[in-house]
Amino acid sequence: MKDILNFNSKIPVSSLPNKWKDHKSTLKLVSPNNRSKIEIIVVGTGLAGASASTSLSELGYRVKAFCYQDSPRRAHSVAAQGGINASKNYKGDNDSVYKLFYDTIKGGDYRSREANVYRLAEISSNIIDQCVAQGVPFARDYAGYLETRSFGGTKVSRTFYAKGQTGQQLLLACYSSMSRQIKIGRVKMYNRHEMLDLVVVDGVAKGIIARNLISGEIERHAAHAIVIASGGYGNIFFLSTNAMGANASAIWKVHKKGGLFANPCYTQIHPTCIPVHGNYQSKLTLMSESLRNDGRIWVPNKLEDVIFIRNGSKKPKEINEENRDYYLERRYPSFGNLVPRDVASRAAKERCDKGFGIENNETKEGVFLDFSFSIEKYGKEKANELGIQEPSSLDKQKLGEEIMESKYGNLFHMYEKITNDNPYKTPMKIYPAVHYTMGGLWVDYNLMSSIPGCYIIGEANFSDHGANRLGASALMQGLADGYFILPYTIADYLSECITEKMSTKHIAFQLSEENVKNRIQKLIQNNGNMSVDFFHKKLGNIMWKYVGMSRNHVGLYKAIKAIQELRYEFWKNVFIPGNIDDGLNSELEKAGRVADFLELGELMAMDALKRNESCGSHFREEYKTKEGEALRDDVRYKHVSIWEHRKNHLISDEIMHKEDLNYTFIKVQPRSYK
Amino acid sequence: MKKLMKFKLKIWRQKNREERGNFKTYQVYNVSPDSSFLEMLDLLNNHIICQKKDSSTISFDHDCREGICGMCSLYINGRAHGPDNLITTCQLHMRHFHDGETIYVEPWRATPFPIIKDLIVDRSSFDRIIISGGYISVNTFGKTIDGNMIPIHKEQADKAFDAATCIGCGACVAACKNRSAMLFVSAKVSQFALLPQGKIERKKRVMNMIKKMDEEGFGSCTNTRACEVECPKGISTEHISFMNREYIQSFTAT
Ligand SMILES: Cc1cc2nc3c(=O)[nH]c(=O)nc-3n(C[C@H](O)[C@H](O)[C@H](O)COP(=O)(O)OP(=O)(O)OC[C@H]3O[C@@H](n4cnc5c(N)ncnc54)[C@H](O)[C@@H]3O)c2cc1C
Ligand code: SF4
Ligand code: FES
Repeated sequence: MKDILNFNSKIPVSSLPNKWKDHKSTLKLVSPNNRSKIEIIVVGTGLAGASASTSLSELGYRVKAFCYQDSPRRAHSVAAQGGINASKNYKGDNDSVYKLFYDTIKGGDYRSREANVYRLAEISSNIIDQCVAQGVPFARDYAGYLETRSFGGTKVSRTFYAKGQTGQQLLLACYSSMSRQIKIGRVKMYNRHEMLDLVVVDGVAKGIIARNLISGEIERHAAHAIVIASGGYGNIFFLSTNAMGANASAIWKVHKKGGLFANPCYTQIHPTCIPVHGNYQSKLTLMSESLRNDGRIWVPNKLEDVIFIRNGSKKPKEINEENRDYYLERRYPSFGNLVPRDVASRAAKERCDKGFGIENNETKEGVFLDFSFSIEKYGKEKANELGIQEPSSLDKQKLGEEIMESKYGNLFHMYEKITNDNPYKTPMKIYPAVHYTMGGLWVDYNLMSSIPGCYIIGEANFSDHGANRLGASALMQGLADGYFILPYTIADYLSECITEKMSTKHIAFQLSEENVKNRIQKLIQNNGNMSVDFFHKKLGNIMWKYVGMSRNHVGLYKAIKAIQELRYEFWKNVFIPGNIDDGLNSELEKAGRVADFLELGELMAMDALKRNESCGSHFREEYKTKEGEALRDDVRYKHVSIWEHRKNHLISDEIMHKEDLNYTFIKVQPRSYK
Repeated sequence: MKKLMKFKLKIWRQKNREERGNFKTYQVYNVSPDSSFLEMLDLLNNHIICQKKDSSTISFDHDCREGICGMCSLYINGRAHGPDNLITTCQLHMRHFHDGETIYVEPWRATPFPIIKDLIVDRSSFDRIIISGGYISVNTFGKTIDGNMIPIHKEQADKAFDAATCIGCGACVAACKNRSAMLFVSAKVSQFALLPQGKIERKKRVMNMIKKMDEEGFGSCTNTRACEVECPKGISTEHISFMNREYIQSFTAT
């Protein structure tokens, strides 16, 4: 029991601005000639995993990196659109480490760890420098300097970007640095491999069991330390902005081996996604939040106009100014369209619940994101610049469109391909969708989980975003963890095991392997009638309805029961075609992931039920202000909920522990964006 | 409610690299015109599972379904990523097809992309080209200079960005009669050669990457420009000319 209950967060005692510096000076080191004797497994090659693999390998460690795609370049980080934050104050708008730290803590509704967030803000500006050096083609102004834009929840312009493809450019930079290490031979890449279990020897992480997705073979891999960078678990909702393969399996397996799970219920719903069209849909597409810089969000304020819009007898343009409700600007004059995501999402839901949603389908959801104002404004400015006197509205439209194209071109293109509507001419239709999970495995300040030797980085851990993540801060966290934090902190642990020889012979490996094989056998031999997707969609429905944008006591109880029943049904009635030795089998891959989601979902609902307050993305209907805003309870819930799995027990038997959150540097205040 | 569509599909099935493949015919009904091509295949796979007739579902590669990861492929009616320009297969929607149409679906065909199963091919040759030199050799775990210390002309940065948008999908190779990978390789070469940070290693880089490309068995470029037409990211063949110049210059003394 000893190691499980040991969740000492190891936060250094120095004053906040000195914590990281002082901590680094106390960390133990591994001397360069010993590093090549040490092997590290990194699961995941997104921004977190690829940056960690590269930095560790450059230091001299030997790295084995795993991903389920055919190449590290396809990790889901590639899809990030809007940008990455850093406090550089290039724009002279009075930005600073403190301001970035403050915005992030406040944005997370005071449910993240102060020390971690401060460190993140401190490191942020190194990240940009690093990426520039690697050749990331960030946007530049005409003088050749780095360009920035604003994101929700802030009043400064600190988001660096590469059009709407920032994640792609950052990931490709990581991927190419990693490729350089592969060439040298220090990183060994295992593409199309999925981690299916963590091997724990005498309470310490010593390896993984992976499946080669092409041959179907089960492999054992041993290492001195394991780093999990497997991303978030938003796919549990079936419809989400995540990649189809995104899953919780790696972290869930660690959890079941003793890794504590923190804040599972915190799921961010992103306000600007393309609304659901029909039941054939496999995923939802995000339209970057950066669009809110240049778009105004509205719905008609008369119900009869809503009907006209839905049935197509009125175009959005035909609704006059006075008949529009710019509800974000109305409710939150100070931040307007740039309120944080949880606030913007709930406000959209509130309008649609009241019957003002504009989509013409069963859901009747959706609001407008209108760019005509910015197009007009930019067109006018450009015409001035070009010396065109009294430009016609056509001129302005054309010039304005060109500016929009240069800022968001690919997003507009993507929107048009999906919806068949041209967003330069008519407003986009948007609605909130599941996007990012702030919960994840619990880690200490060194990013180590409660299992010694097992580190968790990037979206897979819980530490930096609290109950809600501000835009452009996930990329920042992934790279900070991988490039600049883990390589220091992991040495502290590794310095103890330089002489240790690694082997996969230990009985723990054998047992783990048998478990994995049995489970696969069970899935394949299960001669049921329903597809994996059938169960995944059902689970998604339960999660969205009861553990989605808002939750309540009764609903959460229902969810727990419904998930338990569905899990039972899954194991009885799922059908996976093929034989065990067929090799590649996409249905089998999905089945394993959905089986894990079917357990995690229950824990998410349990966690949401225990948190009798509203904070960030966790909105409990019982706890709100008169105006319908989230009502936090700092006296009783200013803590991280940490769940412990008990071996051979049901999910419903998990035990909750608490890590109190202490704020020494800032005053905890009600979060207002009015 | 829009009218639902039906299609006849001729799909390439192949159990693994060694066994011979062949086309198999399928019918799919109740397809929404708003669904993507991959969602239509999901629907078909669901039928296959429920009917339990085939021993396996149709395997195809995909992940982000947002047109950015480069994982999806598919040769549809004789075109890489199907009958629309500037998009990947996951962004192709069924409204581009006629109700009742017969659609041919094949994997990328190119020797350096061997078939793994059905519609899935092995594109690791692309990774090996990048490994041979597609990077700037800066260490990630140290201190670099401030980003604004390297000012870059906006137009230059934009050009580098345009080249950098390649998603490594391989459509250019699949579309080329010579199976040339020039578009893919030139995009990376351009991106770095256009930036001040990348200039120092430019000769070594282009030499290594071209050497690797040849070793992997990709064909040569005869300026047919089919690659440009099918590239979902609109990468221009100008980069190929640029790379050729870089390559020639790499032989001259420094
Ligand atoms: C559409 C979209 C847009 C976004 N835009 C922004 C933005 O503008 N700014 C911002 O800051 N953030 C953004 N985010 C969030 C951000 O992209 C992610 O949080 C971040 O990239 C996660 O990085 P990661 O390295 O932790 O994980 P990922 O990039 O998700 O990588 C996960 C890796 O783990 C591997 N993996 C997973 N499970 C296993 C397993 N069992 N075995 C082996 N390998 C496994 C995968 O193969 C992959 O390599 C966006 C997210 C989405 C979905
Ligand atoms: S050049 Fe175009 S077609 Fe070729 S791999 Fe890159 S994105 Fe795909
Ligand atoms: S699935 Fe990612 S590009 Fe098509």
